[in-house]
Amino acid sequence: MTLLSIDWFLFFEKLILIAVIIFASLGIALYTTFAERKVAAILQDRPGPNRAGPFGLFQPFADGLKLIMKEEIIPNNSNKFLFVLGPALAMVAALMTCAVIPWGDKIVAFGRTVALQIADINIGILYVFGVVSLGVYGIMIGGWASNNKFSLLAALRGASQAISYELAMGISLIALLMITGTLQLGEIVKQQMQPGHFWNVVYQPLGFLLFLVCAFAECNRTPFDLPEAENELNFGYHQEYSSMKLGFYLFAEYINMFISSVIMATLFFGGYDIPFFDETKHADWGNWLALAGVVCLMIKVVIFIFFFMWVRWTIPRFRYDQLMKLGWKTMLPLALLNMLITGAVILWLKK
Amino acid sequence: MAITEIIFWFLSALAVISAIMVVLSKSPVHSVLWLIAVFFAISGHYVLLNAQFIAIVNIIVYAGAIMVLFLFVLMLMNLNKETEPQKNLWMKLTGVVSGGCLLIILISLVRQATEIKGKIAVTKTGDIGLIKVLGKELFSSYVVPFEISSVLFLSAMIGAVVIGKKD
Repeated sequence: MTLLSIDWFLFFEKLILIAVIIFASLGIALYTTFAERKVAAILQDRPGPNRAGPFGLFQPFADGLKLIMKEEIIPNNSNKFLFVLGPALAMVAALMTCAVIPWGDKIVAFGRTVALQIADINIGILYVFGVVSLGVYGIMIGGWASNNKFSLLAALRGASQAISYELAMGISLIALLMITGTLQLGEIVKQQMQPGHFWNVVYQPLGFLLFLVCAFAECNRTPFDLPEAENELNFGYHQEYSSMKLGFYLFAEYINMFISSVIMATLFFGGYDIPFFDETKHADWGNWLALAGVVCLMIKVVIFIFFFMWVRWTIPRFRYDQLMKLGWKTMLPLALLNMLITGAVILWLKK
Repeated sequence: MAITEIIFWFLSALAVISAIMVVLSKSPVHSVLWLIAVFFAISGHYVLLNAQFIAIVNIIVYAGAIMVLFLFVLMLMNLNKETEPQKNLWMKLTGVVSGGCLLIILISLVRQATEIKGKIAVTKTGDIGLIKVLGKELFSSYVVPFEISSVLFLSAMIGAVVIGKKD
Protein backbone atom coordinates (compact mmCIF):
# COMPACT_ATOMS: atom_id res chain seq x y z
CA MET A 1 0.00 0.00 0.00
CA THR A 2 1.99 2.92 -1.24
CA LEU A 3 0.72 6.29 -2.32
CA LEU A 4 2.95 9.27 -3.04
CA SER A 5 5.71 6.70 -2.56
CA ILE A 6 5.09 6.60 1.19
CA ASP A 7 4.66 3.36 3.04
CA TRP A 8 1.34 4.15 4.71
CA PHE A 9 1.55 1.29 7.18
CA LEU A 10 4.81 2.71 8.46
CA PHE A 11 3.18 6.15 8.50
CA PHE A 12 0.26 5.04 10.67
CA GLU A 13 2.51 2.93 12.84
CA LYS A 14 4.64 5.97 13.58
CA LEU A 15 1.56 8.15 14.01
CA ILE A 16 0.18 5.81 16.66
CA LEU A 17 3.58 5.65 18.34
CA ILE A 18 3.84 9.45 18.39
CA ALA A 19 0.32 9.79 19.81
CA VAL A 20 1.01 7.23 22.52
CA ILE A 21 4.32 8.81 23.51
CA ILE A 22 2.96 12.37 23.56
CA PHE A 23 -0.07 11.40 25.63
CA ALA A 24 2.08 9.31 27.95
CA SER A 25 4.45 12.25 28.44
CA LEU A 26 1.54 14.57 29.18
CA GLY A 27 -0.01 12.08 31.57
CA ILE A 28 3.25 11.51 33.40
CA ALA A 29 3.86 15.26 33.62
CA LEU A 30 0.32 15.66 34.97
CA TYR A 31 0.98 13.22 37.75
CA THR A 32 4.42 14.68 38.36
CA THR A 33 2.71 17.87 39.53
CA PHE A 34 0.75 15.75 41.98
CA ALA A 35 3.87 13.87 43.06
CA GLU A 36 5.68 17.15 43.58
CA ARG A 37 3.03 18.36 46.01
CA LYS A 38 2.99 15.03 47.83
CA VAL A 39 6.79 14.88 48.08
CA ALA A 40 6.88 18.46 49.33
CA ALA A 41 4.25 17.58 51.90
CA ILE A 42 6.13 14.52 53.11
CA LEU A 43 9.41 16.44 53.37
CA GLN A 44 7.64 19.19 55.31
CA ASP A 45 5.76 16.75 57.52
CA ARG A 46 2.20 17.52 56.42
CA PRO A 47 -0.44 15.43 54.60
CA GLY A 48 -0.47 17.28 51.24
CA PRO A 49 -3.43 17.24 48.81
CA ASN A 50 -5.81 14.48 49.92
CA ARG A 51 -9.35 15.74 49.20
CA ALA A 52 -10.00 15.00 45.50
CA GLY A 53 -10.45 11.26 45.10
CA PRO A 54 -8.65 8.52 47.03
CA PHE A 55 -5.33 9.86 48.42
CA GLY A 56 -6.02 13.03 46.42
CA LEU A 57 -5.34 11.18 43.17
CA PHE A 58 -7.72 13.37 41.13
CA GLN A 59 -5.99 16.55 42.28
CA PRO A 60 -4.14 17.14 38.95
CA PHE A 61 -7.46 17.05 37.07
CA ALA A 62 -8.96 19.50 39.53
CA ASP A 63 -5.94 21.78 39.04
CA GLY A 64 -6.18 21.51 35.26
CA LEU A 65 -9.90 22.26 35.30
CA LYS A 66 -9.31 25.27 37.53
CA LEU A 67 -6.64 26.62 35.17
CA ILE A 68 -8.81 26.14 32.08
CA MET A 69 -11.90 27.73 33.64
CA LYS A 70 -10.06 30.83 34.81
CA GLU A 71 -10.39 34.09 32.95
CA GLU A 72 -7.97 34.57 30.09
CA ILE A 73 -6.25 37.93 30.31
CA ILE A 74 -4.06 39.38 27.57
CA PRO A 75 -2.48 42.66 28.68
CA ASN A 76 -3.47 45.70 26.63
CA ASN A 77 0.01 46.88 25.76
CA SER A 78 1.42 43.47 25.01
CA ASN A 79 2.20 42.02 21.64
CA LYS A 80 -0.80 39.70 21.31
CA PHE A 81 0.56 37.22 18.80
CA LEU A 82 3.88 36.76 20.55
CA PHE A 83 2.13 36.66 23.91
CA VAL A 84 0.27 33.53 22.78
CA LEU A 85 3.27 32.14 20.90
CA GLY A 86 5.46 32.09 24.03
CA PRO A 87 3.73 29.30 26.00
CA ALA A 88 3.04 27.39 22.77
CA LEU A 89 6.76 27.37 21.93
CA ALA A 90 7.68 26.32 25.45
CA MET A 91 5.29 23.39 25.22
CA VAL A 92 6.34 22.33 21.70
CA ALA A 93 10.04 22.47 22.52
CA ALA A 94 9.44 20.41 25.64
CA LEU A 95 7.58 17.69 23.76
CA MET A 96 9.76 17.53 20.63
CA THR A 97 12.66 15.85 22.40
CA CYS A 98 10.80 12.58 22.91
CA ALA A 99 11.14 11.79 19.18
CA VAL A 100 14.66 10.40 19.45
CA ILE A 101 14.43 8.59 22.78
CA PRO A 102 14.48 4.78 22.62
CA TRP A 103 11.61 3.81 24.91
CA GLY A 104 12.11 0.11 24.60
CA ASP A 105 13.21 -2.78 22.42
CA LYS A 106 11.32 -3.90 19.32
CA ILE A 107 7.87 -5.39 19.76
CA VAL A 108 6.04 -7.63 17.28
CA ALA A 109 2.42 -6.68 16.66
CA PHE A 110 0.12 -7.85 13.82
CA GLY A 111 3.06 -9.39 12.00
CA ARG A 112 5.08 -6.19 11.99
CA THR A 113 8.19 -5.47 14.00
CA VAL A 114 7.81 -2.07 15.62
CA ALA A 115 10.76 -0.28 17.18
CA LEU A 116 9.66 1.69 20.25
CA GLN A 117 11.45 4.79 19.06
CA ILE A 118 10.01 7.39 16.74
CA ALA A 119 13.23 8.11 14.83
CA ASP A 120 16.66 6.63 15.46
CA ILE A 121 18.44 9.41 13.62
CA ASN A 122 22.15 9.60 13.02
CA ILE A 123 22.53 12.74 15.13
CA GLY A 124 20.39 11.72 18.14
CA ILE A 125 22.03 13.70 20.92
CA LEU A 126 22.64 16.75 18.74
CA TYR A 127 18.92 16.79 17.98
CA VAL A 128 18.24 16.90 21.71
CA PHE A 129 20.62 19.83 22.03
CA GLY A 130 18.98 21.64 19.13
CA VAL A 131 15.55 21.32 20.73
CA VAL A 132 16.85 22.30 24.17
CA SER A 133 18.38 25.46 22.73
CA LEU A 134 14.97 26.33 21.26
CA GLY A 135 13.33 26.07 24.67
CA VAL A 136 14.87 29.44 25.48
CA TYR A 137 12.60 31.15 22.95
CA GLY A 138 9.46 30.22 24.85
CA ILE A 139 10.76 32.05 27.89
CA MET A 140 12.25 35.01 26.02
CA ILE A 141 9.30 35.68 23.74
CA GLY A 142 6.80 35.28 26.54
CA GLY A 143 8.77 37.54 28.86
CA TRP A 144 9.26 40.23 26.25
CA ALA A 145 5.73 40.20 24.87
CA SER A 146 4.27 40.70 28.35
CA ASN A 147 5.55 44.28 28.24
CA ASN A 148 6.51 44.12 31.88
CA LYS A 149 9.94 44.95 33.30
CA PHE A 150 9.92 42.05 35.74
CA SER A 151 9.01 39.59 33.04
CA LEU A 152 11.70 40.95 30.73
CA LEU A 153 14.35 40.72 33.44
CA ALA A 154 13.31 37.17 34.25
CA ALA A 155 13.36 36.22 30.59
CA LEU A 156 16.88 37.59 30.19
CA ARG A 157 17.96 35.73 33.29
CA GLY A 158 16.44 32.53 32.01
CA ALA A 159 18.02 32.82 28.59
CA SER A 160 21.50 33.66 29.87
CA GLN A 161 21.30 30.83 32.38
CA ALA A 162 20.24 28.34 29.74
CA ILE A 163 23.00 29.41 27.34
CA SER A 164 25.67 29.30 30.05
CA TYR A 165 24.78 25.83 31.23
CA GLU A 166 24.26 24.45 27.73
CA LEU A 167 27.99 24.89 27.20
CA ALA A 168 29.06 22.80 30.18
CA MET A 169 26.37 20.27 29.32
CA GLY A 170 27.65 19.85 25.77
CA ILE A 171 31.25 19.44 26.82
CA SER A 172 30.39 16.95 29.56
CA LEU A 173 28.61 14.90 26.92
CA ILE A 174 31.55 14.99 24.50
CA ALA A 175 33.48 12.81 26.94
CA LEU A 176 30.63 10.30 26.90
CA LEU A 177 30.51 10.37 23.10
CA MET A 178 34.24 9.61 22.96
CA ILE A 179 33.52 6.36 24.78
CA THR A 180 30.43 5.35 22.83
CA GLY A 181 31.67 6.51 19.44
CA THR A 182 28.13 7.18 18.24
CA LEU A 183 25.46 9.86 18.57
CA GLN A 184 22.54 7.48 18.06
CA LEU A 185 20.68 7.03 21.33
CA GLY A 186 19.46 3.56 20.35
CA GLU A 187 23.03 2.47 19.71
CA ILE A 188 24.22 3.92 23.03
CA VAL A 189 21.61 1.88 24.91
CA LYS A 190 22.50 -1.29 22.99
CA GLN A 191 26.17 -0.87 23.90
CA GLN A 192 25.27 -0.65 27.58
CA MET A 193 23.11 -3.76 27.32
CA GLN A 194 25.96 -5.95 26.14
CA PRO A 195 27.03 -8.52 28.74
CA GLY A 196 30.25 -7.50 30.47
CA HIS A 197 29.70 -3.83 29.69
CA PHE A 198 28.72 -1.65 32.62
CA TRP A 199 26.43 1.34 32.44
CA ASN A 200 28.08 4.50 31.22
CA VAL A 201 27.88 6.12 34.65
CA VAL A 202 30.66 3.76 35.75
CA TYR A 203 32.97 5.10 33.03
CA GLN A 204 31.83 8.72 33.30
CA PRO A 205 30.97 9.55 36.93
CA LEU A 206 32.14 13.16 36.70
CA GLY A 207 30.47 13.59 33.33
CA PHE A 208 27.20 12.34 34.80
CA LEU A 209 27.44 14.70 37.78
CA LEU A 210 28.05 17.68 35.51
CA PHE A 211 25.20 16.64 33.24
CA LEU A 212 22.87 16.29 36.21
CA VAL A 213 23.62 19.78 37.51
CA CYS A 214 23.24 21.25 34.03
CA ALA A 215 19.93 19.46 33.61
CA PHE A 216 18.69 21.13 36.79
CA ALA A 217 19.73 24.49 35.38
CA GLU A 218 18.17 23.83 31.96
CA CYS A 219 14.87 22.83 33.56
CA ASN A 220 14.87 25.99 35.72
CA ARG A 221 14.50 23.84 38.80
CA THR A 222 15.58 24.87 42.27
CA PRO A 223 18.37 25.66 43.15
CA PHE A 224 18.56 27.28 39.71
CA ASP A 225 15.01 28.63 39.42
CA LEU A 226 16.12 32.26 39.21
CA PRO A 227 13.85 33.13 36.26
CA GLU A 228 10.91 32.69 38.59
CA ALA A 229 12.43 33.92 41.82
CA GLU A 230 9.31 35.25 43.55
CA ASN A 231 11.02 37.45 46.10
CA GLU A 232 13.06 39.30 43.48
CA LEU A 233 10.92 39.24 40.35
CA ASN A 234 7.37 38.92 41.71
CA PHE A 235 6.58 35.84 39.66
CA GLY A 236 9.13 35.66 36.88
CA TYR A 237 8.63 35.58 33.13
CA HIS A 238 5.06 34.33 33.39
CA GLN A 239 3.84 37.09 35.65
CA GLU A 240 1.33 38.49 33.16
CA TYR A 241 0.01 35.10 32.18
CA SER A 242 -3.22 33.67 33.45
CA SER A 243 -5.44 30.69 32.86
CA MET A 244 -4.12 27.80 30.75
CA LYS A 245 -1.30 29.85 29.19
CA LEU A 246 0.25 30.01 32.64
CA GLY A 247 -0.61 26.34 32.96
CA PHE A 248 1.36 25.55 29.81
CA TYR A 249 4.45 27.30 31.14
CA LEU A 250 4.26 25.42 34.42
CA PHE A 251 3.45 22.20 32.60
CA ALA A 252 6.37 22.59 30.18
CA GLU A 253 8.68 22.64 33.18
CA TYR A 254 7.37 19.28 34.33
CA ILE A 255 7.64 17.79 30.84
CA ASN A 256 11.21 19.06 30.65
CA MET A 257 11.93 17.42 33.96
CA PHE A 258 10.47 14.13 32.73
CA ILE A 259 12.35 14.24 29.42
CA SER A 260 15.67 15.14 30.99
CA SER A 261 15.22 12.27 33.45
CA VAL A 262 14.64 9.94 30.50
CA ILE A 263 17.73 11.25 28.75
CA MET A 264 19.89 10.82 31.84
CA ALA A 265 18.59 7.28 32.29
CA THR A 266 19.24 6.54 28.62
CA LEU A 267 22.72 8.00 28.39
CA PHE A 268 24.16 7.00 31.74
CA PHE A 269 21.95 4.30 33.27
CA GLY A 270 21.37 1.88 30.44
CA GLY A 271 18.00 3.10 29.18
CA TYR A 272 15.61 0.17 28.94
CA ASP A 273 18.29 -2.27 30.08
CA ILE A 274 17.11 -4.49 32.95
CA PRO A 275 19.87 -4.54 35.59
CA PHE A 276 21.56 -7.86 36.47
CA PHE A 277 19.65 -9.63 33.71
CA ASP A 278 20.96 -10.93 30.41
CA GLU A 279 18.34 -10.07 27.79
CA THR A 280 19.99 -12.11 25.03
CA LYS A 281 19.35 -15.38 26.93
CA HIS A 282 15.63 -14.71 27.17
CA ALA A 283 14.91 -13.65 23.61
CA ASP A 284 11.98 -16.10 23.48
CA TRP A 285 10.01 -13.86 25.88
CA GLY A 286 9.32 -11.58 22.93
CA ASN A 287 7.01 -8.70 23.65
CA TRP A 288 7.03 -9.25 27.42
CA LEU A 289 10.77 -8.67 27.49
CA ALA A 290 10.33 -5.40 25.60
CA LEU A 291 7.56 -4.32 27.96
CA ALA A 292 9.71 -5.22 30.98
CA GLY A 293 12.39 -2.97 29.47
CA VAL A 294 9.95 -0.08 29.19
CA VAL A 295 8.86 -0.58 32.79
CA CYS A 296 12.51 -0.65 33.84
CA LEU A 297 13.18 2.64 32.07
CA MET A 298 10.16 4.17 33.77
CA ILE A 299 11.37 3.04 37.20
CA LYS A 300 14.71 4.73 36.57
CA VAL A 301 12.90 7.86 35.42
CA VAL A 302 10.70 7.93 38.53
CA ILE A 303 13.81 7.71 40.72
CA PHE A 304 15.32 10.67 38.86
CA ILE A 305 12.13 12.71 39.13
CA PHE A 306 12.02 12.00 42.84
CA PHE A 307 15.61 13.21 43.06
CA PHE A 308 14.64 16.43 41.26
CA MET A 309 11.90 17.03 43.85
CA TRP A 310 14.02 16.04 46.78
CA VAL A 311 16.63 18.62 45.79
CA ARG A 312 13.97 21.27 45.20
CA TRP A 313 12.59 20.99 48.71
CA THR A 314 15.99 20.70 50.36
CA ILE A 315 18.39 23.21 48.81
CA PRO A 316 17.73 26.97 48.76
CA ARG A 317 18.07 29.09 45.65
CA PHE A 318 21.40 30.43 44.41
CA ARG A 319 22.14 34.10 44.07
CA TYR A 320 22.43 35.14 40.44
CA ASP A 321 26.14 35.93 40.46
CA GLN A 322 26.81 32.66 42.29
CA LEU A 323 24.89 30.85 39.57
CA MET A 324 26.97 32.39 36.80
CA LYS A 325 30.18 31.82 38.73
CA LEU A 326 29.29 28.17 39.19
CA GLY A 327 28.45 27.78 35.52
CA TRP A 328 31.48 29.45 34.00
CA LYS A 329 34.19 29.02 36.62
CA THR A 330 33.42 25.58 38.01
CA MET A 331 31.28 23.54 35.64
CA LEU A 332 33.01 24.54 32.42
CA PRO A 333 36.62 23.91 33.57
CA LEU A 334 35.56 20.64 35.20
CA ALA A 335 33.84 19.54 31.99
CA LEU A 336 36.95 20.43 29.98
CA LEU A 337 39.13 18.53 32.43
CA ASN A 338 36.83 15.53 32.21
CA MET A 339 37.04 15.65 28.44
CA LEU A 340 40.85 15.85 28.46
CA ILE A 341 41.23 12.97 30.92
CA THR A 342 38.79 10.81 28.97
CA GLY A 343 40.60 11.50 25.72
CA ALA A 344 43.98 10.71 27.29
CA VAL A 345 42.72 7.45 28.80
CA ILE A 346 41.19 6.35 25.50
CA LEU A 347 44.45 7.09 23.70
CA TRP A 348 46.39 5.20 26.39
CA LEU A 349 44.15 2.12 26.18
CA LYS A 350 44.35 2.01 22.41
CA LYS A 351 48.13 1.70 22.43
CA MET B 1 4.51 14.77 -7.38
CA ALA B 2 6.64 12.81 -4.97
CA ILE B 3 6.65 13.62 -1.29
CA THR B 4 10.21 14.92 -1.50
CA GLU B 5 9.15 17.43 -4.11
CA ILE B 6 6.23 18.61 -2.01
CA ILE B 7 8.48 19.12 0.97
CA PHE B 8 11.05 20.87 -1.20
CA TRP B 9 8.53 23.37 -2.55
CA PHE B 10 7.00 23.93 0.86
CA LEU B 11 10.41 24.61 2.43
CA SER B 12 11.48 26.85 -0.44
CA ALA B 13 8.33 28.92 -0.22
CA LEU B 14 8.71 29.15 3.54
CA ALA B 15 12.34 30.26 3.24
CA VAL B 16 11.65 32.92 0.61
CA ILE B 17 8.54 34.32 2.28
CA SER B 18 10.23 34.43 5.67
CA ALA B 19 13.29 36.12 4.17
CA ILE B 20 11.07 38.78 2.59
CA MET B 21 9.28 39.25 5.90
CA VAL B 22 12.65 39.79 7.65
CA VAL B 23 13.11 42.88 5.49
CA LEU B 24 9.52 44.08 5.52
CA SER B 25 8.77 43.72 9.25
CA LYS B 26 8.50 47.02 11.08
CA SER B 27 9.52 45.71 14.47
CA PRO B 28 13.12 44.43 14.78
CA VAL B 29 12.01 41.65 17.11
CA HIS B 30 9.66 40.35 14.43
CA SER B 31 12.50 40.47 11.92
CA VAL B 32 14.62 38.29 14.18
CA LEU B 33 11.78 35.80 14.60
CA TRP B 34 11.28 35.59 10.82
CA LEU B 35 15.01 35.06 10.42
CA ILE B 36 14.74 32.08 12.76
CA ALA B 37 12.02 30.70 10.48
CA VAL B 38 14.44 31.09 7.53
CA PHE B 39 17.06 29.08 9.37
CA PHE B 40 14.57 26.33 10.03
CA ALA B 41 13.55 26.16 6.38
CA ILE B 42 17.19 25.96 5.32
CA SER B 43 17.83 23.21 7.86
CA GLY B 44 14.93 21.36 6.32
CA HIS B 45 16.67 21.57 2.95
CA TYR B 46 19.83 20.13 4.49
CA VAL B 47 17.82 17.23 5.87
CA LEU B 48 16.40 16.60 2.40
CA LEU B 49 19.97 16.35 1.12
CA ASN B 50 20.71 13.89 3.96
CA ALA B 51 23.20 16.35 5.46
CA GLN B 52 21.92 15.76 8.98
CA PHE B 53 24.93 17.11 10.82
CA ILE B 54 24.91 20.47 9.05
CA ALA B 55 21.16 20.70 9.48
CA ILE B 56 21.28 20.30 13.24
CA VAL B 57 24.39 22.46 13.69
CA ASN B 58 22.63 25.19 11.73
CA ILE B 59 19.79 25.03 14.25
CA ILE B 60 21.96 24.79 17.36
CA VAL B 61 24.40 27.54 16.40
CA TYR B 62 22.30 29.98 14.40
CA ALA B 63 18.73 29.51 15.60
CA GLY B 64 19.69 28.44 19.11
CA ALA B 65 22.58 30.69 20.04
CA ILE B 66 23.23 33.59 17.67
CA MET B 67 19.60 34.60 17.26
CA VAL B 68 19.13 34.44 21.04
CA LEU B 69 21.93 36.97 21.36
CA PHE B 70 20.26 39.13 18.68
CA LEU B 71 17.03 39.01 20.66
CA PHE B 72 18.93 39.84 23.83
CA VAL B 73 20.37 42.99 22.31
CA LEU B 74 17.05 44.07 20.78
CA MET B 75 15.15 43.51 24.01
CA LEU B 76 17.70 45.36 26.11
CA MET B 77 17.89 48.32 23.71
CA ASN B 78 14.11 48.50 23.71
CA LEU B 79 13.87 48.86 19.96
CA ASN B 80 10.26 47.74 19.85
CA LYS B 81 8.91 50.92 18.30
CA GLU B 82 6.74 50.41 15.26
CA THR B 83 8.03 53.49 13.43
CA GLU B 84 11.49 53.80 12.02
CA PRO B 85 13.10 57.21 11.51
CA GLN B 86 12.74 58.15 7.83
CA LYS B 87 16.01 58.14 5.94
CA ASN B 88 16.54 60.90 3.39
CA LEU B 89 16.19 60.37 -0.36
CA TRP B 90 19.92 60.08 -1.12
CA MET B 91 20.36 57.32 1.43
CA LYS B 92 17.51 55.37 -0.15
CA LEU B 93 18.92 55.88 -3.63
CA THR B 94 22.40 54.66 -2.68
CA GLY B 95 20.81 51.69 -0.97
CA VAL B 96 18.90 50.73 -4.11
CA VAL B 97 21.99 51.14 -6.32
CA SER B 98 24.30 49.09 -4.09
CA GLY B 99 21.68 46.39 -3.60
CA GLY B 100 21.11 46.23 -7.36
CA CYS B 101 24.85 45.87 -7.98
CA LEU B 102 24.98 42.90 -5.60
CA LEU B 103 22.02 41.32 -7.36
CA ILE B 104 23.69 41.71 -10.78
CA ILE B 105 26.89 40.11 -9.51
CA LEU B 106 24.99 37.18 -8.01
CA ILE B 107 22.98 36.58 -11.18
CA SER B 108 26.06 36.70 -13.41
CA LEU B 109 27.85 34.29 -11.07
CA VAL B 110 25.02 31.79 -11.21
CA ARG B 111 24.83 32.09 -14.99
CA GLN B 112 28.55 31.51 -15.39
CA ALA B 113 28.72 28.52 -13.08
CA THR B 114 28.83 25.89 -15.81
CA GLU B 115 29.89 22.98 -13.63
CA ILE B 116 26.57 22.89 -11.78
CA LYS B 117 24.48 23.28 -14.91
CA GLY B 118 22.16 20.42 -15.67
CA LYS B 119 22.96 18.61 -12.47
CA ILE B 120 20.29 17.49 -10.04
CA ALA B 121 20.79 17.47 -6.30
CA VAL B 122 20.76 13.99 -4.83
CA THR B 123 18.12 13.73 -2.14
CA LYS B 124 17.71 11.18 0.62
CA THR B 125 20.80 9.20 -0.41
CA GLY B 126 24.53 9.71 -0.04
CA ASP B 127 26.32 9.71 3.30
CA ILE B 128 28.75 12.61 2.86
CA GLY B 129 26.67 14.72 5.23
CA LEU B 130 26.62 12.16 8.03
CA ILE B 131 28.73 12.93 11.05
CA LYS B 132 31.08 9.94 10.75
CA VAL B 133 32.11 10.67 7.17
CA LEU B 134 32.31 14.39 7.79
CA GLY B 135 34.46 13.93 10.91
CA LYS B 136 36.89 11.63 9.14
CA GLU B 137 37.17 14.04 6.24
CA LEU B 138 37.72 17.04 8.53
CA PHE B 139 40.41 15.34 10.59
CA SER B 140 42.32 13.76 7.71
CA SER B 141 42.21 15.73 4.45
CA TYR B 142 41.38 19.09 5.96
CA VAL B 143 43.09 18.87 9.35
CA VAL B 144 45.39 21.89 8.83
CA PRO B 145 42.68 24.38 7.78
CA PHE B 146 40.45 23.00 10.52
CA GLU B 147 43.04 23.56 13.22
CA ILE B 148 43.98 26.99 11.88
CA SER B 149 40.34 28.06 11.93
CA SER B 150 40.03 26.87 15.52
CA VAL B 151 43.00 29.04 16.49
CA LEU B 152 41.35 31.92 14.64
CA PHE B 153 38.15 31.45 16.65
CA LEU B 154 40.11 31.31 19.89
CA SER B 155 41.89 34.58 19.10
CA ALA B 156 38.58 36.18 18.15
CA MET B 157 37.12 35.05 21.46
CA ILE B 158 40.01 36.45 23.47
CA GLY B 159 39.82 39.66 21.46
CA ALA B 160 36.12 40.00 22.25
CA VAL B 161 36.77 39.52 25.96
CA VAL B 162 39.59 42.10 25.93
CA ILE B 163 37.47 44.67 24.07
CA GLY B 164 34.42 43.95 26.20
CA LYS B 165 36.30 44.53 29.46
CA LYS B 166 35.86 47.94 31.04
CA ASP B 167 38.79 50.30 31.90
